[in-house]
Amino acid sequence: MNETHLTGHISKRFDTELEDLRSQVLAMGGRVEEQVANGLRSLIESDAALAEQVAGNDHRINAMEVAIDEKCVDILARRQPAASDLRLVVAIIKTITDLERIGDQAEKLGRFELELIAEGSTSSQYAQLEHLGERVIRMLRKALDAFARLDDEAALKTIKRDNKINAEYEALTRQLITLMMEDPRSIKNALRVSWCARALERIGDHASNICEYVIFLVRGKDVRHIDYGTLKKQLRE
Amino acid sequence: MNAQPQALDPAQETVGTPFIDDPKISTRHVDVWYGDKQAIFDASLDVGNNEVVALIGPSGCGKSTWLRCLNRMNDTIDICRVEGELKLDGEDIYDRAMDPVLLRARVGMVFQKPNPFPKSIYDNVAYGPRLHGLARNRADMDEIVETSLRRAGLWDEVKDRLDAPGTGLSGGQQQRLCIARTIAVGPEVILMDEPASALDPIATAIIEELIDELRENYSIVIVTHSMQQAARVSQRTAYFHMGRIIEVGDTKQIFTNPRHQLTENYITGKFG
Repeated sequence: MNETHLTGHISKRFDTELEDLRSQVLAMGGRVEEQVANGLRSLIESDAALAEQVAGNDHRINAMEVAIDEKCVDILARRQPAASDLRLVVAIIKTITDLERIGDQAEKLGRFELELIAEGSTSSQYAQLEHLGERVIRMLRKALDAFARLDDEAALKTIKRDNKINAEYEALTRQLITLMMEDPRSIKNALRVSWCARALERIGDHASNICEYVIFLVRGKDVRHIDYGTLKKQLRE
Repeated sequence: MNAQPQALDPAQETVGTPFIDDPKISTRHVDVWYGDKQAIFDASLDVGNNEVVALIGPSGCGKSTWLRCLNRMNDTIDICRVEGELKLDGEDIYDRAMDPVLLRARVGMVFQKPNPFPKSIYDNVAYGPRLHGLARNRADMDEIVETSLRRAGLWDEVKDRLDAPGTGLSGGQQQRLCIARTIAVGPEVILMDEPASALDPIATAIIEELIDELRENYSIVIVTHSMQQAARVSQRTAYFHMGRIIEVGDTKQIFTNPRHQLTENYITGKFG
């Protein structure tokens, strides 16, 4: 197993390019995390202005994805990276796709909240979302931290968090179904809340993917599409 | 939990898979000296049938020295001493009974700089077969020359001027002529010491394509300073460092996830 270092190349400019690339990804991660947090807050606090802002800010994340992608292509073409450098570029190309999709989910939170407000719904009845949302944000933050520190152990632990998120999402869905059966007039808004919960659950999946890329980057092992138990066993070998 | 860089331990064994089943060439514990200076330390590595093994490593790491042991090219250097076990199809390459001239027909070599003889294209290719008495008559020889030039991918370009001097060809064509000359004596193994380093990208691509085709019939060992070339043409790659074979593995593994820190540093262009 190798140490994963971005620097130390004989070409100092290559060091700088990789460092720049990494900080751009971290900046994108920070922006995405902020969008999710704001999306969730707009829901909980029924904050129309914030919801509007979240819905309108997604294009910035898209632009970041395009810029980082371009830089990756440039490095592939000009540097022909190998070994950990190659894994870094590949992991980044994949990571920013997931980040961009997390951004899309955050945008949905904002849009659904605007619709909920337009329908005259107060979100207080949907407080369950808050707990799920906070869990998701913690997971996303930990995934981004694992990426920033190239910490495969932290990535592995973070992947496990997705199970709880899925369980919570299912519980919330059951509650919403009960609510809809009891009061058919609530269906329209309950569906919107359900979509918000779905968006949060998807964010957990994307965060989980990012953790898998961190493990690939550090260990050189592709750990996608395997269950947590097998994954843990493989990494302990 | 990341591993620390591994120091170069003299007793450390090669990381990875230096040995294979049914090797064409097998070497064990090879030491090579130039006078008092030891150039290769305890090198063990197999070369299989129909595979291309790439040898990579910084200048002076011993990869060319090891390559030249395989057909006893080092015999021509007085102060060079080779110890250890080197076998071709189980026969000791350094056995007294082994005729170096016949050995070099079985284990051919292509060098960095194309070195055609100052003879016609035809005679360049015919030289070896003539020396070894491989053709009974002119028709036989014509066939050997044509087949060899075809295999080297040069026939169509030179068939109308076989009497022209080999030295008049372009660099890439000269290198393919040298490959044809090597093939003409029916070798089993072809050693290539930076065969494309003096060529432009197109001529390089043609040589690389040729290497891939030649693999169907021969075992090939290639020394190259081009990482991308090693990655493109070989099935296995061995990393040499200061006279030792540090790591051997499937080429894909070496270039995506090398196990030894020294290999990683070298192929990512970092300070060793």
